[in-house]
Amino acid sequence: MAVETQTRRVTTEQHQTEPQLGARLICQALVREGVDLVFGYPGGAVIPLYDVLPEFPIHHVLVRHEQGAAHAADGYARATGKVGVCLATSGPGATNLVTGIATAMMDSVPLVAITGQVPQHVIGMDAFQETDITGITIPITKYNMVIRSVDEIGPAIQKAFYLARSGRPGPVLIDIPKDVQLAKGYLAPPQPVNLPGYRPTIVPHRRQIRRAAELIRQAKRPLVLAGHGILISGATEELVKFAERAQIPVGLTLLGISGFPASHPLCLGLVGMHGFAHANRAIHEADVIVGIGMRFDDRVTGRPSEFAPNARIVHIDIDPAEIGKVLKTEVPVVGDAREALKLLLEEMEPLRHDEWIETIRSWYRPIRTAPSGPDGVLQPQYVIDRLHKLTEGKAIVTTDVGQHQMWTAQLYKCDIPKQWISSGGLGTMGFGVPSAMGAWFGRPEAEVWAVVGDGGVQMTLYEFATIVDEQCNVKVAIINNGYLGMVRQWQQLFHNRNYSETPISSPDYVLLGQAYRMPARRVTRPAEVDEAIQWARSFRGPALIEFVVNQEENVYPMIPSGGSFREMIDVHDAQDGEW
Amino acid sequence: MRSHTLVVLVEDKPGVMNRIVSLFRQRGFNIDSIAVGHTETPGLSRITLVAKGDDRKIEQLVKQLYKVLEVIKITDVTDENLIQRELALIKVNATERTRSDIMRLVSDVYRARIVDAAPDAMVIEVTGPPEKIESLITLIRPYGIKELARTGVVAMARGSRAVAIGQPEVVA
Repeated sequence: MAVETQTRRVTTEQHQTEPQLGARLICQALVREGVDLVFGYPGGAVIPLYDVLPEFPIHHVLVRHEQGAAHAADGYARATGKVGVCLATSGPGATNLVTGIATAMMDSVPLVAITGQVPQHVIGMDAFQETDITGITIPITKYNMVIRSVDEIGPAIQKAFYLARSGRPGPVLIDIPKDVQLAKGYLAPPQPVNLPGYRPTIVPHRRQIRRAAELIRQAKRPLVLAGHGILISGATEELVKFAERAQIPVGLTLLGISGFPASHPLCLGLVGMHGFAHANRAIHEADVIVGIGMRFDDRVTGRPSEFAPNARIVHIDIDPAEIGKVLKTEVPVVGDAREALKLLLEEMEPLRHDEWIETIRSWYRPIRTAPSGPDGVLQPQYVIDRLHKLTEGKAIVTTDVGQHQMWTAQLYKCDIPKQWISSGGLGTMGFGVPSAMGAWFGRPEAEVWAVVGDGGVQMTLYEFATIVDEQCNVKVAIINNGYLGMVRQWQQLFHNRNYSETPISSPDYVLLGQAYRMPARRVTRPAEVDEAIQWARSFRGPALIEFVVNQEENVYPMIPSGGSFREMIDVHDAQDGEW
Repeated sequence: MRSHTLVVLVEDKPGVMNRIVSLFRQRGFNIDSIAVGHTETPGLSRITLVAKGDDRKIEQLVKQLYKVLEVIKITDVTDENLIQRELALIKVNATERTRSDIMRLVSDVYRARIVDAAPDAMVIEVTGPPEKIESLITLIRPYGIKELARTGVVAMARGSRAVAIGQPEVVA
């Protein structure tokens, strides 16, 4: 024992005195940033890094495609609030990250992507597996950089993590040429990051808060629209307090889901294109709208000129560029959502809006969740509703993009912050499975469900292998309607049912599950739903359930793209809703 | 829609122009003119940008530019009492018959200079506000412009107030 301790001490001292391989310095810098998990895929330009990675207390998850690494790191970040890290080689490894990086950019997710690069002496020579990944990712990263010498490793990695998680979070890419990984040097001690061009405003201006409070005080029909910023800043508690004190109902953007408890009497749930009718009507009738940590995305506003026609706008966001971008804003408040709400609470006395709240409630119509349609076919909404009830609303739910995503957003009522993980801004099909894996690594005690469609799942189902390797407690629910359902719905409603290239076949998912050594079942009848969900929950580790559902079911309500609340199609108005 | 002149101070680092130009392309900002050079402060470059747009568009442009990490300070100097200067080199056809007309026009009216002459052409150097350059080009065009190079506008407000970071170092 004594000898061993002594040896270790000598090694530690050597670390401080002898120059180290760049690859080791990279790992040391990652450990220093608190990284203990990396999703990655090796390749020629990162071999030196992989050579030393096992020496460090970092768990490496070998994905099957770099896109999976980026989405997994993203899911990890969204589930934990920590920075997710993915690692890829140069060239195709790096370009395969692109969709995942763009997804994180659109949804303000803190991500650090590390890519290997060809040695500097061949950069610009069209070397094997060379690509200008920093050039490619300029528009889809918060920042990116090339580390050109071994001395830059420490400061660059520190800066990357600082930028990824501070202010409005986002992805940062670090490109590291192979020769830098192989050069020897020292890790500079951490320095306070000083970036003259980067000073995010965290605490808002008190005067703006007072103006916001005054406007809210004058309002007869106020409404809060809460977005991802609530979750990023951890402002749920403050938002609940504020909503309760001022008695203001809260609508949620797609990424705002789980930021305000769905079961709260003031919660209106999802707003926007497939938002609840009463929530969208509340926007339409509101006289003051307080947007917090959201960006009035077109899926929220429809046609901006007809959005909230009676409302004066208070907009609280950490990114000044979002304020006034879409809507004319009466009171701009730049700052962190939580800090803003704390200040707003100080300025806010209790208010009452009983009549307004009652009126909104009177508009409420539940989303139909009948087990089957007229022909006895399983309804997708029923599956989501049962999943919600049987998991007691406590699972972490990730989704792909499309109809199943909207049904889940409507029907899986989230009360726990960060339990909802979905690609909002970029709308990335294939996000559900790898992000579920990442989320599970971040919260391994949790039950994680990836609710995906038959289109999206086929984009990234290779990650089943990773999920099985790592025995992630991830349950995959495939809502199989045999179509790219959301596109089909648009084709039905706006393109004369011309189902051009939207019918899509699937493999036998039960056999596929077997091939991946993943327990799998198929459900075709309503009576089998509960039993299958309970079966998947009865053991730890991955499971797959394919739900074969009504092929031409639509998502309602729906405000057509670029439309206004007046053009909303509700299930009761829709031709296919007559049963 | 009117023309705005923005002075953008940026850190002089590799890739900065790439980021800025990428931003214009990505978000569909139309830039009429862009000129870059060093400033009084080492490590700091100055971009003079002329862009057309309504106030909201320009506000977005400024806010998005601020998100580029290396952008330190942006000043909209449009409404300042402004000195705007641009330099142009114009290679124009010049025969024996037209040569003296061109020279008179250039030197008397525009206070521009002939900086090179060949048997059938001359190079004119002209400095001034963009309108002056436009006007000279219009007058020269009938003679046949073979080549035209313009620097883009640089601008500075008159008076003692400066667009700069911090206080100047005064030695004397």
